[in-house]
Amino acid sequence: MRPGIIKVGFLRGGLEIKQFMRQRESVVFTLLFPIMLLFIFGSVFKGDLAPGVTFSQYFVAGMIASGLVNTGFQQLAIMIPIERDFGTLKRLRGTPVSPISYFIGKAILVFVAMVVQVGALMGFGAALFGLDLPNTTERWLRFGWLIFLGSICATILGIAFSAVPKNGRGASAVVSPIVIILQFFSGVFFVFTTLPQWMQQFAALFPLKWLTQGMRSVFLPESFAAEEVAKSWEIPQIAIVLLIWTVVGTLLALKTFRWSDK
Amino acid sequence: MVSARTHSLILSRVFRYSQLLGQDIDVANELAISVSGLRKTYTSKANGSKDAVAGIDLEVSRGEIFAILGPNGAGKTTTVEILEGYRDRDGGEVKVLGQDPAKLGRDNWAWRNRIGIVLQSTNDAQDLSVSETVKHFANYYSNPRDPESVIHDVGLDEKKNARINTLSGGQRRRLDVALGIIGNPEILFLDEPTTGFDPEARRAFWELIRNLRDEGTTILLTTHYLDEAEALADRVAVIVDGKIVEVSTPENLGGRNTAKARISWLENGQRQEIESDFPAAEVTKLVAKFGGEVPELTVIRPSLEDIYLKMIGQP
Repeated sequence: MRPGIIKVGFLRGGLEIKQFMRQRESVVFTLLFPIMLLFIFGSVFKGDLAPGVTFSQYFVAGMIASGLVNTGFQQLAIMIPIERDFGTLKRLRGTPVSPISYFIGKAILVFVAMVVQVGALMGFGAALFGLDLPNTTERWLRFGWLIFLGSICATILGIAFSAVPKNGRGASAVVSPIVIILQFFSGVFFVFTTLPQWMQQFAALFPLKWLTQGMRSVFLPESFAAEEVAKSWEIPQIAIVLLIWTVVGTLLALKTFRWSDK
Repeated sequence: MVSARTHSLILSRVFRYSQLLGQDIDVANELAISVSGLRKTYTSKANGSKDAVAGIDLEVSRGEIFAILGPNGAGKTTTVEILEGYRDRDGGEVKVLGQDPAKLGRDNWAWRNRIGIVLQSTNDAQDLSVSETVKHFANYYSNPRDPESVIHDVGLDEKKNARINTLSGGQRRRLDVALGIIGNPEILFLDEPTTGFDPEARRAFWELIRNLRDEGTTILLTTHYLDEAEALADRVAVIVDGKIVEVSTPENLGGRNTAKARISWLENGQRQEIESDFPAAEVTKLVAKFGGEVPELTVIRPSLEDIYLKMIGQP
C-alpha cells in the first residue's frame, strides 16, 4: 500500500528538524538574531510610545512578523537552491515521494523553528525589556493562528520563490534585498502610519504588512487599533490576505517547483 | 505438432494466469527495458546542436546485469537519465517496466516504487547518520527491505551511527546503493558506481551487485571501466558518440572469441607476420621450416582492451 502523502510529509518534517538542529550555527543565529535586534531597538528607542507602552512593545510585533518572513520565505528560498545543487532534490525526485510531502516537511520545519524563536524572543523581552505578553485567551488564540498560518504562507511562498535563483551561490543575493525592502515598507522597523502613503499601499499588497498588523493586535493595547490606517486591526482582512497568498503560493509552487537545475 | 485445439487451450490458460496475476502481468513480459531509436539533442550557443544520443536501440531482460560501456561524454548518463525519467527525449520509444518514463502522470508513484536509482554523485543529508537516512527512505516505499539488513548488505554495519559527512568516498557510494535498493526495486540503475574506488572496494562492490542480481534485481549500469563491464555484466553495449557500436557478452565483445592470432618472426632479416585461426599449426610449420627455434617468434591474441580501444576509435 502506498505510504500516505501527509504521513510521509510529517516524517520529512521530523527529518528536516533533526538536520536543522544539527547545524549549530543556523540554530544559534535563528534564535539570537531577533533577540539581538530587539536589544538594539530597545536600547536606541528608550522612550514610551504612549503611557505604559514602550517602543520595544511595538517592535516585538514587527520582529515576530519578520521572523516568519526570515525563517520561512528567506531561509527556504535560499536553502532549496542549495539542496538542488547538493543533489538532495534529485535523489528525492527518483523516489516515490510526492512534492506535497516535501512541502509539508518544510512547513513543519518552519513552524517548529518559529515557535522556538518566538518563545525565546518573548522570554527574553519579558525578562529584560519589560515586554508585556498577550493578556487574554482571545489574543493568545489569535497569536497562535497567526504563527500557524503565517508559517505556512511564508513556507509556500519561499518554495515558490526558490525557482527564481539559478543556483545556491546566488540565492542569497536575489532573496535578501527583497526581504529587507519589504520589511522597511511593512512597518517592521518604523511605525507603519508614519510611512509615505504610496509605501503603505504598496506594502498592503504583501503578507508581511498584514502579519505585522496582526502581531500588533496581539501585543498592543486595544486602544491602539485607532492608530492603524483603517482605525481597526482588520483581523478578518488579515486572515483573507494570508489565505489568498497561501493558495496562490501553493499553485505557483506546484507549477514552478524544480527538483534539479535543468 | 501442437494441435489448434491444444494451442487455444494453452492460450486461454495463459490468459487466465495473467488475470490471476493481475498487475504483475508484465512479469510475463521478460523485457525490463526496451528502447528504440532514442535521440536527444542539446543545443548550445557555442557548439550549435549536438546529438548526445543519436538513435539507440536496447533491450534488457529481467534479471540481467546490463552494462553501458563507453568513454566520457559518449551519452551514457543522458541515456540512463532518460530511462530514469529525469530527462526528456527528442525522439524514439522507451519502455521501462512497461511504462514510458516521460509519460508517467498519475502512475509516477507506482512506477518509482518499483525502480531504484543510484546517481553519479550526491552530497546530501550530511548531518544525518547512515541508519537514520536508510530508515527514513524506507518510509517512501510500499514494500521496503529491512533497513538493518540493507545496511548490513552494503557493508556499512560499522558506520551505522556515523554522520554521513564523516564517510569516505567508497562508503558514501555504498550508502547511495543502500538508498537505491531500500525500496526493493525490480530495476536498479547505477551510473558509474565505482568511480574513485580503490581496487578492494571495487571488488566488494561488484560482489554486492552480483548478489542483487542473484536475488532477481535487473541491473542497468554505466561505466567507463572495461574491467568493470567484463567482471559484472551479462551483456555489454558499447556506446560511442551517442551510438551503440556493439551489444554482446563480455567474452564475445568485438569478436574477441573469434579474433585471429597474430604470429610474427624474423626471416632473412625481415619481420614476417601472418594472422591465423590455428596458431599452433602455423608455429609447428615454422618450427619444421627452421629446424628448431624460430627467431623472435611471438604469438599475440588481441586483448579485450585492444578491441575496446579500437571500437571507440582510439589508436
